Amino acid sequence: MENEKHHIVSYKTYTVILLVLIALTFISIGITNIELGSFAVTGALLLASVKSFLVLTYFMHLKYDKPYIILMVAFVFAVFLAVIIITFFDYFFR
Amino acid sequence: MSQVIHHDAHYDPEGSKIGMWLFIFTELLLFGGLFIVYAVYRYLNPEAFEMAAEELNVTIGAVNTIILLVSSMTIAMSTTALQKKQKGTTVVLLEITFMLALIFLINKYFEWGIKFEHGIFPGSEYMTSELSQGEILFYGLYFVMTGLHALHIVVGMVIMGVALHRIQKGTVHPERASLLENAGLYWHLVDLIWIFLFPLFYLIS
Amino acid sequence: MQATSKIPTDVSYLEYKGKYKGLLSWILSTDHKRIALLYMYSMMVLFLVGVALGLAMKLELIAPGKTIMEANDYNAVFTVHGVIMIFMIVIPGLPAVFGNFMLPIMIGAKDVAFPKLNLLSWYVYIAGALLVIASLLFGPGTPDTGWTFYAPYSFKTGTNMLPAIFGAFVLGFSSILTGLNFIVTIHRLRAPGMKWTKMPLFPWTLYGTAWIQLLATPVVGITLVLVALERIFGIGVFDPALGGDPILYQHLFWIYSHPAVYVMILPAMGAISEIIPTFSQKHIFGYKAIIASTLAIAFVGYFVWGHHMFTSGMSGTAQYTFSILTFLVAIPSAIKVFNWISTMYKGSIRMETPFYWAASFIFIFMIGGLSGLVLGALSTNIYVHDTAFVVAHFHFIVFGGVGFSFFGAVHYWFPKLYGRMYEKSWANVGWLTFTIGFLALYSPMFYLGMQGMPRRYYDYLEEFHSANILSTLGSWVMTFGLVIILINLYRSSKNGKIASINPWDGKTLEWTVPSPPPVENFDEVPVYGEKDGPYEY
Repeated sequence: MENEKHHIVSYKTYTVILLVLIALTFISIGITNIELGSFAVTGALLLASVKSFLVLTYFMHLKYDKPYIILMVAFVFAVFLAVIIITFFDYFFR
Repeated sequence: MSQVIHHDAHYDPEGSKIGMWLFIFTELLLFGGLFIVYAVYRYLNPEAFEMAAEELNVTIGAVNTIILLVSSMTIAMSTTALQKKQKGTTVVLLEITFMLALIFLINKYFEWGIKFEHGIFPGSEYMTSELSQGEILFYGLYFVMTGLHALHIVVGMVIMGVALHRIQKGTVHPERASLLENAGLYWHLVDLIWIFLFPLFYLIS
Repeated sequence: MQATSKIPTDVSYLEYKGKYKGLLSWILSTDHKRIALLYMYSMMVLFLVGVALGLAMKLELIAPGKTIMEANDYNAVFTVHGVIMIFMIVIPGLPAVFGNFMLPIMIGAKDVAFPKLNLLSWYVYIAGALLVIASLLFGPGTPDTGWTFYAPYSFKTGTNMLPAIFGAFVLGFSSILTGLNFIVTIHRLRAPGMKWTKMPLFPWTLYGTAWIQLLATPVVGITLVLVALERIFGIGVFDPALGGDPILYQHLFWIYSHPAVYVMILPAMGAISEIIPTFSQKHIFGYKAIIASTLAIAFVGYFVWGHHMFTSGMSGTAQYTFSILTFLVAIPSAIKVFNWISTMYKGSIRMETPFYWAASFIFIFMIGGLSGLVLGALSTNIYVHDTAFVVAHFHFIVFGGVGFSFFGAVHYWFPKLYGRMYEKSWANVGWLTFTIGFLALYSPMFYLGMQGMPRRYYDYLEEFHSANILSTLGSWVMTFGLVIILINLYRSSKNGKIASINPWDGKTLEWTVPSPPPVENFDEVPVYGEKDGPYEY
């Protein structure tokens, strides 16, 4: 079996991603100090989603992987989201 | 085992990568179950969760977040170093990652220790007599989720230890890098979960 | 592929002399075929324990009042019966035995993707089984919660719950490892030219199953951990006294345990989809429709868990949603039945034992499936919830469905497993006795449930007496049939007629290798051409 050529990600890319991630962390700490009410949760989760997107894409190499692996990851997150939403069909309407 | 030899003869990096991803999916859903529990109880007890979260130290949480993010970068870089055939750099980067993981655990130890001193731990008299039900649930989930996460840190450190040993022995090398890559994937998973734990527990006051 | 192996291709996996001898050559083997038999033998032992417990329950119910045991013993017996049968037999059954044995051969591979992991998952399985058994033998009393471990009783009861809960967790882990192995095997090790649309249907159902194992099992795993932590530390998550919500436990439990029903039934459907075209000597009808319905069942089955909780106090919106989703699952199931029947239409049918099992599978699965609609509909569910009707329904599905398919598969692949033919007339007698006993055992429960006899009680009103007698008699007939089947299979494996490579004229790849197969299955890796396919008769 032939080994596929690996894409080598440069040190620089990783450093840039890390700096963005740290910046996003400080932003998320910052916005909790502003009175946003019910949007605070949404904001925090949105920033966390952006961060995890970066980790998945660059640190976990999804950007350089074959499409079917990306598809699998997206599928799993979608299933989990659907399960949460359906669970809340109970709690939200109780 | 004689029957195994031929299996090792054809090494399939893509196969082991998918295998690792599938394992990560199970881990995601393991924590996913806990996130469902968290979501339901936070929805049912919004004020109590905010009150309880004020007890948590945002600074320690933020420091640990940054430690994990940096360690994620160093382990990703160690794969790059291995692919560039810089064995020394690979080893150093992996050792740094290991040390960062250890620091994370030490922070966690002191953080939990302070809670214990204040009488906040599952089943404690202080909790059952003084705190509201929502707060008890918050701390119950806090200990379970960060505890399970810490357990994953320990497992990640063990995997890193094995990877270090095999790199030095030479059985993990640029042509057979799967073990290091999978250690990296696992470590990023640990980071990924913390990315959600941090705002959900520390940043809701 | 490199030709580095020194393993002879003319020695069968049963006779191959590796590094180890005797028992060690089995329990240290990474050969998927030997691991499959390890699973089969360990399951057979556990299955007989489960059957004995089932018989004890039916004997208790032969007359109202106490017959052979007290109420508490009855609770313990149905709990252990459920835990053994669900977690150790029907969930891992077909994937671990026939999936392990046949999957690599059917897709033209020499083994699964991770052979060592495969062996490890058997050890994990045994560890889990031992833990559960330990909960019976040691500690303050046998678990009495039912196999569902419902909170808050599961952490309030004084019985020995921890080993049972931990055992179920460990068994789930074994299931995850098997599923992971199968997905990678199917993705990476298909024979050259075997496109996804040329893969046989049994591997397809294993693929769907493996995804459910992977994505659903962790949820019950963490739920069981939470129950254990609740028991040990009192963290409060399911304890109403500390603010927890016991209904959330039910949600989390069924998020796994309903998809687990599809982990059981999908491979069963897959085995039937292999048996029927072979004995009809005809291309399977609607190959792609069967694949699509497999994936649809796996996917939709993930979102119907709430139909186990219609009477638990869930919101109305959730009840309607789960009821509608449940009805959706009936569609792909019906598509499959339609396709099996159409495959037989105008085929040249050979009346062999596996075909009898497959045909009776369809019959019994239909009854089980249609009674499932009675339970999925809100109005009727409220009426028969937690009655014997439910017990009848799920025994028709998980025992009638999975069990019949398993016995069909045992007879179908028996020549490949042991290189010998089973004795046909005894096999047919066994099948007939078993089927009659099965129907006599479970059909009366539909009636009893409709009349209002609740499940999980050791006692009942006098008016339910006659139907219960019929049911108990059925349990004896069925067990008698089971004994005939097992003795016949055992004897045939020792001195049955030598089987040819392809006794049934099957077209899938397992019928191209010797019976029993050599250690590495294939001399040469098979190649699928443009015109080849698994069902080209």
